[in-house]
Amino acid sequence: MNPDTANMLLVEDNPGDVRLIVETLEENKLYNTLNVVSNGVEALAYLRREDRFADATRPDLILLDLNLPRKDGREVLAEIKRDESLRQIPVVVLTTSSQPQDILACYDQHANCYITKPLDFDQFVRVMHSIESFWFTIVKLPDGQQDG
Amino acid sequence: MRPVEILLVEDNPGDVRLTIEGLQEARVYNNLHVAQDGIEALGFLHREGLHSEAPRPDLILLDLNLPRKDGREVLAEIKADVGLRRIPVIVLTTSQDEEDILKTYDLHANCYVTKPLDFEQFMHVVQSVEDFWLSVVTFPPE
Repeated sequence: MNPDTANMLLVEDNPGDVRLIVETLEENKLYNTLNVVSNGVEALAYLRREDRFADATRPDLILLDLNLPRKDGREVLAEIKRDESLRQIPVVVLTTSSQPQDILACYDQHANCYITKPLDFDQFVRVMHSIESFWFTIVKLPDGQQDG
Repeated sequence: MRPVEILLVEDNPGDVRLTIEGLQEARVYNNLHVAQDGIEALGFLHREGLHSEAPRPDLILLDLNLPRKDGREVLAEIKADVGLRRIPVIVLTTSQDEEDILKTYDLHANCYVTKPLDFEQFMHVVQSVEDFWLSVVTFPPE
């Protein structure tokens, strides 16, 4: 996976968080595209290329919030990891929840990692840069070609 | 605060040594345990025999090509075990084979990292893994 061709999907309903995440990631931009959807139903439609997402690019990495409208992030995670054609895509759970039951349930559902969003701005920026550089420069992501 | 317990499953003594050195510079206090093959790794995780006092690791660094029991089998067994599957497993291997990459993500490896052959790059990778997993990620609670 060359970072220049990597695609990311952000599933986040809070517009302030979306803006902050997008701006922070654009500073280094170690990926090619970042698409944003704001609820769980759209996230799954995007991944399955349904309706207006017919031409969606398969993401190489998913950043998933947990508390989402229409379909909860926990359900989205479970559906992704049950789906044979989607489960290889790494899912980074990025949430303000630090509830032990959320953390356990996410790892049980095979989230690739669980990250608690720091409330402090500088720490938040550091965490976002760290996610980006780890997943796009250190990790080998599965080659998304297999779904043709 | 207790140290982060890390299980390194690796048969190559040179790689074990480099990983230990890389982790010694870590900012987060950690204990590294080494299993040299797949059978020993599972013995450690199940606290069998010599490993009856073994701590539950917070993180597993798993090589793929291992004697006695292959890393792919070890990964499949960990992720099929309700008591172990929450432990993040980082596959750390020299294999760049696309099939290995896909298969290990299919088996729910938490991430796949290739070991660079160059010393400086190897240290950089170990330190990046350490930095991300020990200071950014939230581990499952006990």
